[in-house]
Amino acid sequence: MSQRLTRPGLILEADRNTPPTLFWNGEGFYLQRLPKGSRIIYPPEPVESLYDIEDGIDNALLNPTGDSQPLPDLLKPDMRLTIVFDDISLPLPPMRSPDIRQQIIEAVLDYAAQAGVDDVVLIAALGLHRRMTEPELRHALGNRIYDAFAPHGLLRQHDAENLDELTHIGTTESGEDVEINKRAADSDLIVYVNINLTAMDGGHKSMCTGLVSYKTMRHHHNPNTLLHSRSLMDMHSSALHSSIWRMGRLIANSGIKIFQIETTLNTDTFPEAFGFLQKREWEWSLSDRVRYITTSNILEKMPPRASRAVLHSIKSPYQVTSVQAGEVEAVHQVTLNNLHAQQLMVVEGQTDILTMGLPYIGPYNVNSTMNPILVAVMGLGYFFNLYINKPLVRQGGVVIITHPTRWEFNPLHHPSYIDFFEQVLSQTTDPVEMAAKFEESFAVDPWYIHLYRKSYAYHGVHPFYMWYWCAHALDHLGGVVVVGGDREAVRRLGFRPASSFDDGLEIASDIVGTNPSITHLHCPPLLLTEVR
Amino acid sequence: MKALLFERNIPRLAASRIGSSLFGADFLGSTQGAKVGPLRLVETEPPRLPDSVPNSPSDSLPDSDWYRIRPRLSGICGSDLAALAGKSSRWFEPLVSFPFVPGHEVVGELINPPAGKSRVVIKAVLGCATRGINPPCDSCQKGYINQCERVAFGHIKPGMMVGYCADTSGGWSEELIAHKTQLHYIKDDVTDEAAVMIEPTACALHAVESANINDGDKVLILGSGTLGLCVLASLQYLRFSGGINPEIIAVAKYPEQYQLAQELGAQYIISPSETGRVVRKRTASLMAGTHLTTGVDIVIDCVGSRDSLRNALDVVSPKGKIVLVGMPGETRIDMAPLWYKEITLQGAYTYSPTTFDTATKVVVTNHLERLVSAKYRLENFEDAIAHAAKAGQRGAIKVVFDMRKKPRNIQREQPS
Repeated sequence: MSQRLTRPGLILEADRNTPPTLFWNGEGFYLQRLPKGSRIIYPPEPVESLYDIEDGIDNALLNPTGDSQPLPDLLKPDMRLTIVFDDISLPLPPMRSPDIRQQIIEAVLDYAAQAGVDDVVLIAALGLHRRMTEPELRHALGNRIYDAFAPHGLLRQHDAENLDELTHIGTTESGEDVEINKRAADSDLIVYVNINLTAMDGGHKSMCTGLVSYKTMRHHHNPNTLLHSRSLMDMHSSALHSSIWRMGRLIANSGIKIFQIETTLNTDTFPEAFGFLQKREWEWSLSDRVRYITTSNILEKMPPRASRAVLHSIKSPYQVTSVQAGEVEAVHQVTLNNLHAQQLMVVEGQTDILTMGLPYIGPYNVNSTMNPILVAVMGLGYFFNLYINKPLVRQGGVVIITHPTRWEFNPLHHPSYIDFFEQVLSQTTDPVEMAAKFEESFAVDPWYIHLYRKSYAYHGVHPFYMWYWCAHALDHLGGVVVVGGDREAVRRLGFRPASSFDDGLEIASDIVGTNPSITHLHCPPLLLTEVR
Repeated sequence: MKALLFERNIPRLAASRIGSSLFGADFLGSTQGAKVGPLRLVETEPPRLPDSVPNSPSDSLPDSDWYRIRPRLSGICGSDLAALAGKSSRWFEPLVSFPFVPGHEVVGELINPPAGKSRVVIKAVLGCATRGINPPCDSCQKGYINQCERVAFGHIKPGMMVGYCADTSGGWSEELIAHKTQLHYIKDDVTDEAAVMIEPTACALHAVESANINDGDKVLILGSGTLGLCVLASLQYLRFSGGINPEIIAVAKYPEQYQLAQELGAQYIISPSETGRVVRKRTASLMAGTHLTTGVDIVIDCVGSRDSLRNALDVVSPKGKIVLVGMPGETRIDMAPLWYKEITLQGAYTYSPTTFDTATKVVVTNHLERLVSAKYRLENFEDAIAHAAKAGQRGAIKVVFDMRKKPRNIQREQPS
């Protein structure tokens, strides 16, 4: 991998000359002037991508990392080969065609064909996510792969509720049941094709969330592990990752052979027409300004459904910065190094108030609605956790989110979210209490199971996991303010609504005093802060 | 005496019906609604039974079969509001005599009380005993006076109950007449506010008893206004006294209703829009289209609207039961689910005389006097009706007329 000279992340202290800052606000955005002295964290600019992706892929497959043979040496004519790939939740926004998954799987299939491997099955690693639609699969894999595999039933989507298609591998030293996809477990080789958009992805997490059952998932997705994941982006300080790593090692020790392929992307998130979204405001060209004014006005005037459709049609020009393959843990370490090279930036000191504008898309609402629970998890589960060492915001501090937070759900994708919002959050926002009182009934509800298996619904327990994802932030923060959100929906989340940014600061001052330090996370593009 | 008289004034009734159709609850909810409606405040002679009635009330006959009663508090019921809005079913027309004084939820004092007894709650239903029909009809003989077969006959004018009979007057007045069989004596330690809740609670209790609820049944209560909350209180009483422990889901529209429903023992309190989803979740039902494959065992519909009945039909289980307590009217509804799921649809009208003893215990043990949210003098009836029509939105449950205090006699100075 070669790297061009690229500007690292920037921490700007706002003064009188600082132009207003771009804040995402769901299916729109606006410019907001921040108080003098506020810090604005701009992510690093995109690093150099691989010069030749095909070469990069070949190089990774032929020169594996860690204790692994090159891929061609692992392929035998009479073997069972299962290629597993990350689902619709990655990357965000979806990348322009060809998707990196397609490029890698095509290369793997070429080698498999050369080796005379006939028994090949592709599996989308859904975990408890919704099934992908045909257009989504075609986008991720390309038409050639889709047409070759799907009509023959060889392109499958993991079904965590199909007991006939799950197999129990064993129990970890901490008593965690490990139950994974039977086809994968019975294969001579699993090739996992991963996209590492954030530091929490990849490694053993790929298999141990993407191909397991609820019975296994609940060991690492629960209030205790999420409360003790500080942060989710730092696997060495994450109870969730510790549990997953125990499971991953159990799988490896059981004799299941995994050839892990991990990729990293740069931060070139938006196409040229929306390029201003990832630029520093004082560097906007005339054309950026015109595009900002035009786009923000049009989006504001459009009904949310229409503006959502426009924004969800964006395909990101992400470019691949690295491909590494081989043994899971060795590969993942290289991946993290490459990801840090793009995203990591040092921030000195914590802040009293952390502000964040939440965009229209998150991992669980691709081609869908960002409902209030997903707003919470975007803010408190993801953006809050974009740190290693210590949170950007101090203990007892405040997070201010800008997002419309409409009382709005997609009943096709998120049916259990509606019930969770109405029936669970109306009773409690405490992750521990809701886990004890409500989780089981949602997890085993036959209707949700039916919709997960046969329709396009997230698993019944998924909204609980989203809320647990917020557990660390909920425990750490003194308050959460949502600017511009539906007041009832925001209150249901246990947060405080504010009608304007200044009102939000006023509300926050009740908690952090009248002279707080303020830091704004200018995100996306994604970044990772090392807070000292 | 002063009384609020409901007249069969066709233009006013038509105006009310049109206004209510156009503006819904907002019509009666504004004081103008009551002004244009069929109700008016009159100064009139005390009520008098026909001469044909033997032992009719007289100040000189304290041990008469009939008693004169001075109302102290009298509630405004949903059926009263429906009548004022011109929305009552015309089916009732032969069972009512005009003009009448509304008000069937009454606590009052006897003008010539027997020794040691003075305050009573009226058992408003006018059965054979009150009509001088002897032998009584089959229903009355069996104790089901709410099903009296002679409510339009006998020596008093037609009327299912006090408050719809031209001869007896009603609670929204300074005086009414009641038969001795209609008196439910109240102990001194029961406040007027508690006592005025006994009649609606008796209706609710009757509905709960009719529902035949078993231990562990899932029961959905549609509506958490007065009737819904009284149903909850009745279930709470039965839970403690009868050991029946159903799972109760209550549908509440407003925060005050939500709070009271919770205090009265509902395990799940939900908004109307959540009903289908919560029932599906609580009963682990699947859905075919929008249809639940199972549902709650019993629905107690305390609203009586088309939407509530439709809702009930959607969420009750096959072979389940819907008990209609809220007064329904003419409606158009798809009865296919009733047929297909073999649902029992059962009415629950008022009560039997014996219900009042238990209803009193329900009121006292659950402190239902707290449901009385506002009291108005008869003179302020427009405000009272407006308040009652929008009770939920205004954070109220039961609005009553208060006849205990005489109005201030304020005379305006005439300009010279």
